[in-house]
Amino acid sequence: MSDLAVTTSWYLVLGALLFLIGGCGLLVRRNPLVMLMCVELMLNGVNLSFVAFADRFGDVNGHTVVLFVLVVAAAEVVVGLGLVVAVLRASPRATADDLSALRG
Amino acid sequence: MVELVWLIPALPLVGFAVLLLGGPRLGEPRAGWLATAASAGSFLFTVITFGGLLGLDAATVGGAGGHGGRWHTSTLFEWMPIGGLEVDAALLVDPLSMTMALFVTGVGTLIHLYSVGYMHSDPKYSKFFLYLNLFLFSMLMLVLGDNLVVTFLGWEGVGTCSYLLISFWHERPTAATAGKKAFVTNRIGDFGFMIATFLLWTTLGTVSYSGLAATAPNLASGTATAVSLLLLLAAAGKSAQLPLYVWLPDAMEGPTPVSAMVHAATMVTAGVYLLVRLNPVLTDDALLIIAIVGAATALFAALGAVAQHDIKKVLAYSTVSQLGYMFLAIGSGAYVAAIFHVITHAFFKGLLFLGSGSVIHGMGDEQDMRKMGALRMAMPITAATFIVGWLAIAGVPPLSGFWSKDEILLAAWEQPDIGPLLWLVGLVTALLTAYYMSRQTFLVFFGGQRWDDKVHPHESPATMTLPLVVLAGAAIVGGAVNLPLVGDWLVLEHFLEPVFAHPHQFASGTATKLILALVATAAAVGGIAIAVGAWLRSRIPTQRLEPALLENVFYVDASISKFVGGPGTAAFEAAAQADKRFVDGAVDGVGSLVRLVGRMVRPLQSGYLRHYASGIAIGAIVLVLWMALRIAL
Repeated sequence: MSDLAVTTSWYLVLGALLFLIGGCGLLVRRNPLVMLMCVELMLNGVNLSFVAFADRFGDVNGHTVVLFVLVVAAAEVVVGLGLVVAVLRASPRATADDLSALRG
Repeated sequence: MVELVWLIPALPLVGFAVLLLGGPRLGEPRAGWLATAASAGSFLFTVITFGGLLGLDAATVGGAGGHGGRWHTSTLFEWMPIGGLEVDAALLVDPLSMTMALFVTGVGTLIHLYSVGYMHSDPKYSKFFLYLNLFLFSMLMLVLGDNLVVTFLGWEGVGTCSYLLISFWHERPTAATAGKKAFVTNRIGDFGFMIATFLLWTTLGTVSYSGLAATAPNLASGTATAVSLLLLLAAAGKSAQLPLYVWLPDAMEGPTPVSAMVHAATMVTAGVYLLVRLNPVLTDDALLIIAIVGAATALFAALGAVAQHDIKKVLAYSTVSQLGYMFLAIGSGAYVAAIFHVITHAFFKGLLFLGSGSVIHGMGDEQDMRKMGALRMAMPITAATFIVGWLAIAGVPPLSGFWSKDEILLAAWEQPDIGPLLWLVGLVTALLTAYYMSRQTFLVFFGGQRWDDKVHPHESPATMTLPLVVLAGAAIVGGAVNLPLVGDWLVLEHFLEPVFAHPHQFASGTATKLILALVATAAAVGGIAIAVGAWLRSRIPTQRLEPALLENVFYVDASISKFVGGPGTAAFEAAAQADKRFVDGAVDGVGSLVRLVGRMVRPLQSGYLRHYASGIAIGAIVLVLWMALRIAL
């Protein structure tokens, strides 16, 4: 048991994995709702790294930043979900690629 | 009482404002009387201020720039306090400004009064008086200003009013173009004024007259000459000297009271005033050039006046010629003689112009002297006063013109470099002046009747004849302000003396003075005699006295038209083409370049969210790699 101590590196690897999964999902998926969830995944990967470092160095700043990210993410989700719902209500089968009105 | 000076320009300004707001409602006689009252009030306050100035002790050492005690600056408000440049809206009460203000308001009031009759039943009656009051305000700011900037305000003001008044009857295309011509020509002079002001400020750090008088000796001679010549350019534009005189003869398109006030008595003397005011700056080299310009203009314009048929054109060229006399006096260093001639000229030329206006009025707007003649029966008062003006300008003693012209000729004689030559030119001009004015008088008032029987010449109303009589009186006795007979009688000379950095002293003995005066008188009488022989007795064939060269004034206007119409237009066209091709081309080129680049980079904005996301991802990876590399190396 003792040689299986959970070190900070584990948390960091998990955070990086979450971030990567989220990033890849964002790049490959077309469903706007899923893309929004992928963004949340990336944010939480970063959050996990922050908390891990904060615990490792005994620094409260990491916790603070995480709280900030949570608040901003909540706000972002409100706006993002609102947009997604509005888009899907207009055309239920819309994908992110259909939303290209800003093409140059 | 000198503190009341602000009321002098304020009254015409109030008159202008009232006429601007309620002019048409005031209607015909009242608008004119209001403007006349504003002008008369201004004259009254000038007299009061003048009395206050006399009350100051001339002998007191004080004032700025080493002047005597008769120097009062009245600051109205701080105008432009910008760093080292401190310009106040201030009025200056000194002998020179008061002398100018006295005759500007005095003659101005008479001409306002005259206009009440002359502009009778004009559809733009109130607007005319609005312009006249604005002009009077500007002219007073010009002569009363305490620094070059305030004077420049007035300088531009009178230029604008001159433009508005020349083209007052702008329905006539000739009047509209004459106004434009005056404006454009004056701008050339204004340019000189501005550059001179800038130069004086950068070198001496002040633009107030007291400051300039005190610091002018520190000026490097090259700079001083440059400033003097720029001032000459300014003065030549405003005072119609060669080669910028061309606008003044055309300015006769304006109503006759305007010709009398703006283009004979007051505005055109602004250049003379400017040069006299800035006399501490003028260098000897510049003075010589001023004298030559003056003498050349005097002779040239007198020759032009000899063969004109328009009653006002004769007087216009005569004005240019007389202004040349004033410049000759300045160039000879005799500033008092110049101001003396400004005053007497305002009297007799104002009188002659108003007289000609009375003739035009009585003849039903006829200006061609060939269709007049024998008018002394129909217009006795106009004829009598016009004859006084004629004798005064011809230089017949003891009328005012004789004294001032004699002083200028004496000053020219004593000019150290080319004195006798300048004197000779002045003398020939005097002879020509006597001749062409006699010709005009004989053509208009004597000889046989040459007008149609349909025309009924009549004497003008009292509002018009009263100013004529007053001005005739002034033209007779005006010389009394500066009689050279006894030292103490040189009132103007002693009064103005504190204004000048180098007071002019006549060196000639009494005998020389007498001989020169006799020769000048002989020239005047000779000129009159030739005119009598040609136009009254018909002893000399008149055609030979009027060659086409003189009638067209050496074809100056025609040459300008031909040049501007031919090669000038071609040059302007070429410049316009170059502008279109190169300047516009460069501007358009920048625009199309931006559009081209824009078209090339537009595909980057695909509108697909995944493209943007992958852009960010790739950017982040590149950044991380770059940082990793930097740490590793």
